[in-house]
Amino acid sequence: MALRMRGLSDRAVAWLFIAPTMLLLLAINIFPLLWTVKLSFTNYRANRPNAEVVSVGIDHYVSILTDPDVWGPMQATAHFLFWTIVLQTLIGFALAFLIDRKFRGHGFWTTLILVPMMLSPAVVGNFWAFLYQPQIGLFNYVVSFFTGMEPSSFEMLGSVKLAPWAIIIVDTWMWTPYVMLICLAGLRSIPDHIYEAAEVDRASPWRQFWSITLPMVLPFIMLAVLFRGIENFKMFDMVNLLTSGGPGSTTELASITLKREAFEKWRTGYASAFAIILFVAVFGLANIYVKALNAVKSR
Amino acid sequence: MSAVTSRGISTAHSVVEPTAASRWVAGVLVALYAFITLVPLVWIVLTSIKSPPDSISYPPKVTFSPTTQGYCNLFTTRSRQTPEYIAALPPSEDSCERIARANNMVVVGQSNYVARFVNSLIIAFGSTALSVILGTMAAYAFSRFKVPGKDDLLFFILSTRMMPPIAVAIPIYLMYRELGLSDTRLGMILLYSAVNVSLAVWLLKGFIDEIPREYEEAAMVDGYTRLQAFRKVVLPQATTGIVATAIFCLIFSWNEYAFAVLLTSGSAQTAPPFIPIIIGEGGQDWPAVAAGTTLFLIPILVFTVLLRKHLLRGITFGAVRK
Repeated sequence: MALRMRGLSDRAVAWLFIAPTMLLLLAINIFPLLWTVKLSFTNYRANRPNAEVVSVGIDHYVSILTDPDVWGPMQATAHFLFWTIVLQTLIGFALAFLIDRKFRGHGFWTTLILVPMMLSPAVVGNFWAFLYQPQIGLFNYVVSFFTGMEPSSFEMLGSVKLAPWAIIIVDTWMWTPYVMLICLAGLRSIPDHIYEAAEVDRASPWRQFWSITLPMVLPFIMLAVLFRGIENFKMFDMVNLLTSGGPGSTTELASITLKREAFEKWRTGYASAFAIILFVAVFGLANIYVKALNAVKSR
Repeated sequence: MSAVTSRGISTAHSVVEPTAASRWVAGVLVALYAFITLVPLVWIVLTSIKSPPDSISYPPKVTFSPTTQGYCNLFTTRSRQTPEYIAALPPSEDSCERIARANNMVVVGQSNYVARFVNSLIIAFGSTALSVILGTMAAYAFSRFKVPGKDDLLFFILSTRMMPPIAVAIPIYLMYRELGLSDTRLGMILLYSAVNVSLAVWLLKGFIDEIPREYEEAAMVDGYTRLQAFRKVVLPQATTGIVATAIFCLIFSWNEYAFAVLLTSGSAQTAPPFIPIIIGEGGQDWPAVAAGTTLFLIPILVFTVLLRKHLLRGITFGAVRK
């Protein structure tokens, strides 16, 4: 008991230590969030601060949720999400499986493979725009080298058909290492004795893969998928630099629509409602994500 | 393990250890993937030492005579002059000036790249320091004390990082305009700290959880107060974790683009929004852009090597530790 009498009590220390973080988050995250909610019920425009602000009730929410045009960005986002997750999971798992063979120098190669995911997405988008240049770009050259197509006959970023795939390719290039790293941790968490027991039971390698490896790595794959899902749902920087949502609006993901509404058309009220809807969606995903995190942790 | 020696299994190791052939195939495939994935990066570095005509030649040039023109153009601004004017100038010692004159131009000043790079450094280090200090304190409290509603608070902290940056930027833009924080380094430091503190709390809580409580308790029996025990026992033990967390925060702030492009335009602008708008005469000056990109990426390559061991932990908010 004498312990507690000296200096500050544990209770005081706890609050003293947590309060600054909470204050920062309240000031920079929660207060602005509440402000967004308030703005979403008005016709406020940030480029006309002196204009009269009129309350419009839930009009913005109704118009967003019933407007068929809003489904364009939602579909673009869903297409982007689906294919990036499928490709990154397949390639990432395959890579992890190979690296888990523990060949000589696997640490060195793993570090090299990880480099793309550490880079700035905006800078990555910018230099891939250079690689994707028709005629002079390296990407078109390599494709034409292997397929014999004219390098100037297709534009990865300018064609309505190819642009959605152009952003998927760059995202997959960048983030496959992420999925690989998490899958590798999953593979390494499987204790050897389980395989030994399976070997004693004469289970084929194929059987071992489906009934031991995959089920035991699955929680890790889920974790990677959810994290990539949340990140790509918010995707802005890389795609903004590559296509800015074009051509037309074929690669206009939700965040790019939001930026156009808020910072180009200056429909602040409308954009705020859109932001709240996106936030609720991400928050739902985040909730699932944290449950998955805890499931993996308790392993 | 050695107990398994029944017929059909030659040694215990063969059960779980991959065969030499499968290792070899795996090694070749992984190396091949690494080569392919690094081609774009190598290409950018090569482009940074090409002349502008070489950088846009078809077919793409793999062999060329290297030049520092990209780096010169990155750091200087130039203006076009008549050949007579240039011929009349005294010879120059400066290599960038000579390259410019060969293209009928003279160097007239410094570009903004250095200023943007310095902004990136100040904002990245400032926000990292703030978020790691706040994060260490909060993580210690969450790790050691019974905090009412602890799980909810931790989830709240994590969820702030899940917000789409553009959604956050709308009110921040208005708030900073009111407070005079628009386009200031302080504004960006506060903003990035708020984003990073969630990662810092989650990561550091994991690291501090791993330090046995007995260490502090022993120190407190010896007469330390709680704060002294925190400073003299826990902090030294947590150094590795704090450094790893700091590097993750640095990388985020260094790479961040969405807030930077929407909230800064001049005096506080960082490098990521600046690099794409490096324009030469008649379109984008790709060697200069590539030079700016190369210099910007080098610190990240160093960090990646430093962080190797803690990478997994950092990218999963401490969920996967290995």
